Amino acid sequence: MSFSPVLYTKRILASVQEYSLLSARAFRSLATPPIYWGDIFTQMDSIGFGSLPIVILTGFFTGCVLALQSASALQQFGAVSKTASLVSLSMVKELGPVLTGLMVSGRNASGIASELGSMKVTEQIDAMRALGTDPVRKLVAPRIFATVFMLEFLSILSAFMGIIGGWIVSVGLLGLKSSFYFHETYFSLYFADVWQGLTKPVFFGYIIASVGCYFGITTSGGTQGVGKSTTRAVVMSSVMIIIVDFLLTKLLIGIFGR
Amino acid sequence: MIIEEKNAADSQHFEGPAIVFDDVCIGFEGNQVLDHVSFKVEQGETRILLGPAGGGKSVLLKLCDGLLRPDSGKIFVLGKEITAMRERDLFALRHRIGMVFQESALFDSMSVEDNVAYLLHEERVPEEEVRKRVEEALAFVELSAAIDKFPSELSGGMRRRVSIARAIITQPDLILYDSPTGGLDPITSTTIIELVIRQRDEIGTTSVMITHRLQDAFMLATHCYNSASKKVENISGGGVDKTTKFLVLNEGKVVFDGTTQELTHSDDPWIKDYLA
Repeated sequence: MSFSPVLYTKRILASVQEYSLLSARAFRSLATPPIYWGDIFTQMDSIGFGSLPIVILTGFFTGCVLALQSASALQQFGAVSKTASLVSLSMVKELGPVLTGLMVSGRNASGIASELGSMKVTEQIDAMRALGTDPVRKLVAPRIFATVFMLEFLSILSAFMGIIGGWIVSVGLLGLKSSFYFHETYFSLYFADVWQGLTKPVFFGYIIASVGCYFGITTSGGTQGVGKSTTRAVVMSSVMIIIVDFLLTKLLIGIFGR
Repeated sequence: MIIEEKNAADSQHFEGPAIVFDDVCIGFEGNQVLDHVSFKVEQGETRILLGPAGGGKSVLLKLCDGLLRPDSGKIFVLGKEITAMRERDLFALRHRIGMVFQESALFDSMSVEDNVAYLLHEERVPEEEVRKRVEEALAFVELSAAIDKFPSELSGGMRRRVSIARAIITQPDLILYDSPTGGLDPITSTTIIELVIRQRDEIGTTSVMITHRLQDAFMLATHCYNSASKKVENISGGGVDKTTKFLVLNEGKVVFDGTTQELTHSDDPWIKDYLA
């Protein structure tokens, strides 16, 4: 079978259209009754509470490593005291949201895609439609809402754990005082930095859930298809998080000036 | 009681056939699956869909429920033109249609009780009423003991029966059975067909059933439910059920549409060969 650029482009455009329509229907489902609150809380528990261990560990050790690496670089300029600023700014503006997004993407975009994919290939989604339930309203919208909502708090927790990790390294290994570390952390963070850190998870959460749902709900080809959808969901959501992070950072720096 | 009132409100009266296919065509990736298909299913009728595998029977059934949309032609179900309806309007109509899927399609994360009660939960029926209705539906399919089990704990035949219980719990106006005996042993298949016969003779629900097993099809046509003895029996005098008719599809085309006698006396060589 020969490769046709026209067919390939058409397929990509059709996928983008399908993804956009799914997103639009999910947003409409969240704005109009009935809203499946029970499913939303179940997903919040599964996506949010279930991701706590990996988010805490990732945030904490990233903060530790960041403190160690930045201290060795800052030492050359006699500015080890700036470690706290570097750790807090990096964690709050960038690494907290992005790493949390990537970790949650690995855990939940795959989970969502495989769960919905399995339902698709076993006709459970058709059965849901046949029983008069909109699968987008019942399955997609709760996952998007829950992921966006919980990723916000997970990112805050991740940034906090990173700062704690940096504090332990700074005090334990670099010889900085606790009071100095927290003073430096507090005064180096501006409203614009916190705002950046809180804006990004909204987009990342949407990407994780919508991409996971899209690949899940369009699964075909039996169990092999479920595997493919799962892999694609993780790859696509991770790549999109990185790209959107760059665009958002550029935009937010443009707006806030830092 | 509440659900009965709701069903009464939902079961809007309509004139004419329960299903009308008018010159329907559908294809996938250049492969024509149904080619200018036209037929009618009258109210109270049981229509058996026969034909070789890959002939478009499951696609036809999904078209009846609006799960697929045809490329051309019109489909009327329960008096409404579903080909002109939006998906969100179809959800309301589907509350009046029960569907039994080929592989049961039970929600594997839910218990049997929650599977059967799914539609009642969606309609916010009080829990007491839900429990009562679920027990009734499971008693009908003789699976009362499985109420707390999960689909993974059930055999293939039990899953089909749960699927039937889920389809009939709201006493729909139309039931679509997609190969309910497919892949089952003959004894279990007979049990399933007996349930279909009982639903037909006790409630009189319009239904469409796909089957690959001719013995199931002819059992449906030649047997009836005796409410006195509570058993499925041969129709006396070797008769056939007048409400049971056949539709035979081959390569996406209707090759037969008629009664049991017409089918068995057909001179069409392909049908003769198929029935042999």
